Amino acid sequence: MSLQTYMTYVVMPILGIAALLVFYRFFRGPSVVDRVVALDLSISIGVAVIAAYCIITQQFAFLDDAMILALIAFLGTVAFSYYLTKNVKK
Amino acid sequence: MSDIIVMIISTIGALFILVAAVGLVRMPDFYSRLSVTIKAATMGAGFILVAVAINFTEFSTTAKALSVIFFLFVTAPVSGHMICRTAYFSGVKLWKNSVLDDLKGMYDPKTQVLDSCKSDSRKSDSRKSDSRKSESHKSESGQLE
Repeated sequence: MSLQTYMTYVVMPILGIAALLVFYRFFRGPSVVDRVVALDLSISIGVAVIAAYCIITQQFAFLDDAMILALIAFLGTVAFSYYLTKNVKK
Repeated sequence: MSDIIVMIISTIGALFILVAAVGLVRMPDFYSRLSVTIKAATMGAGFILVAVAINFTEFSTTAKALSVIFFLFVTAPVSGHMICRTAYFSGVKLWKNSVLDDLKGMYDPKTQVLDSCKSDSRKSDSRKSDSRKSESHKSESGQLE
């Protein structure tokens, strides 16, 4: 079994199931902070999918996208928490 | 040989991420959900990026993957702390079976300042006001004399 086949048929389905579970929590989540955490985790799964796709296609140009996605996840979580805290104070 | 190592490490990473997602769905409480999610998902993405770094033998790709790992490991605790603080101040309840709430009654819910910080500021304020009072008292007494 080659590396590409293994990554396509074993690792990517596991990541897909994880993404489905996270989106279940994203739509179900009782409070806003649950959804923010689900968004953060889904972006982390996106970084992992990009890394696995790098191994499948043997092209390393996608790693820049992974870095930018990690940055956006951090900034999004911090901005959400900042504005939610501001909203509570009123 | 390198392929087998890449397979094993990427499978471990994918399983970590799957455990994080299952914990996000199944845990009863926001705080336990957060505690599962931040650590396990960061670990899983880190493992898959280590697999990328092993797979490509070029130095630039390995450096890029390691920098993404470093960035994830630095930023995940910060974002987890901030969102957990927001959740506590916005009144997300703990699980009904949870035992310990150390922060309960230790902060002002309006200004969101901890009591330990506030007492320090009060002390300094009271010292300032005391010195001002004594000064004004002195000046008044001087005028009276």
